Amino acid sequence: MSRQILLGDEAVALGAVHAGLSAGYSYPGTPASEIMEYLIHLAGENKAFKATWSVNEKVAYEEALGVSFAGKRALVSFKHVGLNVAADPFMNSAITGANGGLLVVSADDPGMHSSQNEQDSRYYVQFAQIFGYEPSDQQEAYEMTREAFDLSERFGLPVLMRLVTRLSHSRSPVETRDARPQNELKKGAAKDWILLPVNARRRFGLLLDRQAEMVRFSDESRFNVLKLNEGDRSFGVIASGVAYNYFREAEAGEASLPSFLKVSTYPLPEGLIRRLVGHVDTVLVVEDGYPFIERQLKGLFGIAGKTVLGKLSGTLPASGELSPDIVRRALGRGPLPALEASGLPLAARPPQLCVGCPHADTFKALNKALEGTSGSNVFSDIGCYTLGALPPYNAIHSCVCMGASIGMARGAADVGIRPAVSVIGDSTFAHSGITPLLGAAHADSDMTVIILDNATTAMTGGQPTYGSGERLLRLIEGLGVAKEHIRTIEPLPKHHDKNVQVIKDEIGHRGLSVIVAVRECVQEQRKRRS
Amino acid sequence: MKQDIILAGVGGQGILSIAYVIDNAALADGLFFKQAEVHGMAQRGGAVQSHMRLSDGTIWSDLIPKGEADMILSVEPLEALRYFDYLRPDGIVVTSSTPFRNIPDYPEIEKVMEAVRRAPRSVVVDSEKLAREAGTVKAQNIVLLGAAAAFLILREATLFQTIDTLFRGRGTSVLEANLKAFESGKKAALGS
Ligand code: SF4
Repeated sequence: MSRQILLGDEAVALGAVHAGLSAGYSYPGTPASEIMEYLIHLAGENKAFKATWSVNEKVAYEEALGVSFAGKRALVSFKHVGLNVAADPFMNSAITGANGGLLVVSADDPGMHSSQNEQDSRYYVQFAQIFGYEPSDQQEAYEMTREAFDLSERFGLPVLMRLVTRLSHSRSPVETRDARPQNELKKGAAKDWILLPVNARRRFGLLLDRQAEMVRFSDESRFNVLKLNEGDRSFGVIASGVAYNYFREAEAGEASLPSFLKVSTYPLPEGLIRRLVGHVDTVLVVEDGYPFIERQLKGLFGIAGKTVLGKLSGTLPASGELSPDIVRRALGRGPLPALEASGLPLAARPPQLCVGCPHADTFKALNKALEGTSGSNVFSDIGCYTLGALPPYNAIHSCVCMGASIGMARGAADVGIRPAVSVIGDSTFAHSGITPLLGAAHADSDMTVIILDNATTAMTGGQPTYGSGERLLRLIEGLGVAKEHIRTIEPLPKHHDKNVQVIKDEIGHRGLSVIVAVRECVQEQRKRRS
Repeated sequence: MKQDIILAGVGGQGILSIAYVIDNAALADGLFFKQAEVHGMAQRGGAVQSHMRLSDGTIWSDLIPKGEADMILSVEPLEALRYFDYLRPDGIVVTSSTPFRNIPDYPEIEKVMEAVRRAPRSVVVDSEKLAREAGTVKAQNIVLLGAAAAFLILREATLFQTIDTLFRGRGTSVLEANLKAFESGKKAALGS
């Protein structure tokens, strides 16, 4: 047993290694990136297991699935929206089942600190009808990860762990235990893994047959804690994940706690819930994310004779991240005495592009080149360059999901938006930009794609990228883009006029053109030099 | 025994290094802690903060409730003000007086400092000057840690030792500058 300081993300990584992990795969995304960062650190020099940044989340999932097929234990991790990208293999892996233990970690971002939505991964647990964990602290993240691999093999199914930003990025000492050895190679049976209807129907039947056992396991899990207050039957709390901590924080120092159930596993522990609800008149459901538990509890018609409070009732806000203060209020407690705000109006300090960032020069040139055009639209993508939306650039008009800039520019061009410009980073291009560009090249769509090649995945801290430099240029040509309309610029102030001209020329071309803006991210440059 | 601290600054100012030192010192001193930090987009020059909770007992929430913080420790004066509502009425503000102006509407610095001094207890140090004197302007975060040292429930020797461990691998001059920065922050706080 040893004690280590770990982020929630790192506790998952270490738990996986101690559970006999053979390989982990991921695509960077806040707040999940630190899982793979730490895994790579743990793999170290001797590489006892594989730890890999994949091209995108779908690919990462399929790589992990291959490991599971081979009988070994695999971890695949990403941010919540990454699971959308991986949803196809994810849903189908519930049908093939897992051979070696397979843990999917999806890190949600309630409050959208670094995301474009607040989707709640627990719905994916329910959607796929598999088992899910939701840790409330770093120690549980470690323990649950270890258990999840055993459980995955016991049920023969992938298991999902839901994290939230607050736990992913919080550090605490964690007690760790000895590592278990890795599994031996043992291939899966073809009849389970070939999802022809004849096999898939049988496999789906097996998945449905396991549902009752999963509920039973949830009811018996040591991570779900039920405490009934015999003296007070008026009010009880159901709380999950980090929201449980906020509930306990608000009640700390009180002589007695209301009845409560801490929920840490899904499908819901039905027996425990029945006991809590049976014991009290009013239940407050506290969960970070969507009202997932609350909605199931209420159903369409509510529970006769009981009052269910939570996000649906308006007792807690329906959007944003929970906090100890919000939960305190929902429990009917007033605010703690605090210092008054200083009274000085505080200027906001939003994030911005680093001084000297190559994207800044590209945006300046692009803005100049588009001056005087009417009806132009710049479709952007996910990365540091999304900050081009803010002043002084105000350079982009959309940012939706990984790779969307190219498909959207084509769609808009198809119906008459001109010039239609797409702006996408090299890592995002490798992730989801290649396929839409292939289609646009085939149609020779009237649009200009600007690929910002800074040779890294910058926003998430500088992970590797797979389509940069020469390889990127060859790739674009290979997709069928006309060679004379593949242009390269170096986004530097001294090349401003030249770059404006290149962009103008290509926007003027009635067909597809691709401009690659090549200059390394200054943060990465600094790291490399230090 | 418990202490809740809001660490504040601008992305890139090194508040995660302050957190690293406090975390490790807490572990060495036998305390439990939870320390929530900001990664991702805000680190690009935006306002960042870390909730640091130290205790010899159970800590529930990773976030500090408003009104519970014993200290705001900020590498930038405007950022110190942002979290005043987290501070207990008798809490202390330890902050740098060096503004980080990366926004067009940064208020007049005199007004900012005046607002800082409205806190019942405040310690203000000129971190830029002290860090430069110590050998590198990059050590402003450690100057601030030094300024806060006397008010932390951690042993000063442990803090010193942890700074030593953190910077040992980065060359003698960096290490010495940071140890010096810590000492001068400490001295400045006594004099302020
Ligand atoms: S991290 Fe790199 S790409 Fe991102 S804003 Fe800074 S310099 Fe630009």
